[in-house]
Amino acid sequence: MIKYIGRRLAIAIVTLLTILTLLFVLLEFMPGSPFNDEKLSDSQKEILYEKYGLDQPLPVRYKTFMINVITKGDFGVSYAIEKNAEVSKIIDKRLPLSIRFGLQALILGSVVGVILASIAALNRNTIWDTMTTAFSVLGISIPSYVFALGLSYFLGYKLTKATGVSYFPMTFDLYKPFKSSILPTIALSMFVIATVARFMRTELVEVLGSDYVLLAEAKGLNSKKIIFRHAMRNALIPVVTVLGPLTVSLMTGSLVIERVFGIPGIGDLLVTAISVNDFNIIIAVSFYYSIFYILMQLFIDILYGIIDPRIRVSKGGQS
Amino acid sequence: MKEKILDVKDLCVNFKTHNGNVQAIRGASFDLYKGETLAIVGESGSGKSVTTKVLMGILAKNGEIASGEALYKGVDLCKLTKKQFVAFRGKEIAMIFQDPMTSLNPTMTIGKQIKEAVLEHTKLKRHDAKLRTLELIELVGITNPEERYRQYPHQLSGGMRQRVVIAIALACEPKILIADEPTTALDVTIQSQILELIKSLQKQIGLSIIFITHDLGVVANMADRVAVMYAGKIIEYGTVEEIFMSPAQPYTWGLLASVPDMANKDIDLYSIPGAPPNLLYPPKGDAFALRSEYALKIDFEEEPPLFKITDTHYAATWLLDERAPKVEMPESLKKRAQAMAKEALAYGSK
Repeated sequence: MIKYIGRRLAIAIVTLLTILTLLFVLLEFMPGSPFNDEKLSDSQKEILYEKYGLDQPLPVRYKTFMINVITKGDFGVSYAIEKNAEVSKIIDKRLPLSIRFGLQALILGSVVGVILASIAALNRNTIWDTMTTAFSVLGISIPSYVFALGLSYFLGYKLTKATGVSYFPMTFDLYKPFKSSILPTIALSMFVIATVARFMRTELVEVLGSDYVLLAEAKGLNSKKIIFRHAMRNALIPVVTVLGPLTVSLMTGSLVIERVFGIPGIGDLLVTAISVNDFNIIIAVSFYYSIFYILMQLFIDILYGIIDPRIRVSKGGQS
Repeated sequence: MKEKILDVKDLCVNFKTHNGNVQAIRGASFDLYKGETLAIVGESGSGKSVTTKVLMGILAKNGEIASGEALYKGVDLCKLTKKQFVAFRGKEIAMIFQDPMTSLNPTMTIGKQIKEAVLEHTKLKRHDAKLRTLELIELVGITNPEERYRQYPHQLSGGMRQRVVIAIALACEPKILIADEPTTALDVTIQSQILELIKSLQKQIGLSIIFITHDLGVVANMADRVAVMYAGKIIEYGTVEEIFMSPAQPYTWGLLASVPDMANKDIDLYSIPGAPPNLLYPPKGDAFALRSEYALKIDFEEEPPLFKITDTHYAATWLLDERAPKVEMPESLKKRAQAMAKEALAYGSK
């Protein structure tokens, strides 16, 4: 197992280096520069280029960039957003917030999704089942910013106006981190809920009709034990598969959600950086996303082994 | 030996489907004595498995017991609620399923799956339950119980898995064991091993067994008594010798004749013409009449009652009525059936 994880980590490092190079080269081809301000004269621009070492030829800059990133985790400084501030420090400040929202949404989404799926599967072909399916289809097909805008309009704005009390703040407030995180978390978790509910329902229905559940019933177990000991774990296996795509959707969702609710996270940072050509920040944030995604994939593969003994990597490679 | 342990009377089961009510069991009656093996044979869809599901209380949601009773120790199993049944299942009546490849939970170790059954019905502490589990694993003829205890189903062969399923069934020392085609999914060599195991366990523990199968060779090998089921009814029952040597129902003749004859390979395999009736619209009279060349006029009008042939042998066919023309099993079929019976009985006595 340790050998397996080690091999996976080695592959991950190579992947990350490739991504880093690609990011660097791609941004090189992007039109425009961080110093596109009309008020700057050409000579001023030249001074700026020289200051940041951007006047050097591409191979030299690439070498400096890679060495700095690999040895010091240094992505350079921001050109536009917070001038001359170190990119890694800007990200350090914002990352915890994004992780917090991502995790909150993932946990809320998975738990609610599993509960909905169980209700639907246990009451197959009833109104509950139909409602869950309808909800899943809506949740998967409606983009998260629609939920975000809808939630902030109805629960944030209308409800506050009607009652005079702000139960669900429309914008994020650092001093009330929990209360003001409710709406964005719900908006972000909609897709997770819908996806998990859909997959889990299908799977649970199949597992509940399987021979081993019948055998568990024949043992004399009550239905609670059957569901928790025998059905759930087996139904979770395919759900783990969608955790990967879900992570991606959480990351892309966060770009928009953070904007809508004014959350100073890295999704919001990336959107701003792209609009003002702050190259170093674009590279750094994209790179963080890649690291996170690769770690998630590794985590999913390990999770598979924990849940399903049939795909556990065994000692000596037999069976 | 002659103590009745289970008495099923006039059991009727319906299934609600989109097309209407399927009358899967239409008044089946049989009994089971302590320590004996009763084989229930019949084609697919004759209601064998549904009968056992009633006894286990695991009838599908759209199934409904319309009438009848199944008395076990004075309790009518048909009247038990789902909750009350939990105490019976596994503890008093246990079951072995058809396909060992799919009847074990793939994500749980063998040991845990057996121990779970032990813990469910006994007051044993965890440690004692484990010892009992190891004992059970050995009892069903698996070596290295300690190692097997920690293994998952996918690490075991089909025969081994069926042994585990048997161990689970035996976990709480049930009085009745229902075996629903326990060897159908196994290799022939493994089949006989499993049958031997069930037989020896029966002797050791004094189980009463209901053996569901469509393999008459297995019946001759295992059973004390045989009940032949057709279209949701038991149409003939008797001791294994009676059923094999002097069957009375034309359907039973057909069943016996359709067993392949290994000695005369050039004879075409006999098969009963036609198909079982659609139980959405059960036929009037004898359900087998349409497929039977011996059908009388009355067979299409009125259902035959069970006629007594001996104290142990009953058959439902109008041919046994004293007014009926004397019809004997056709000579060719008789030869086939008797050759088969001899072969099977000889195999059984081995």
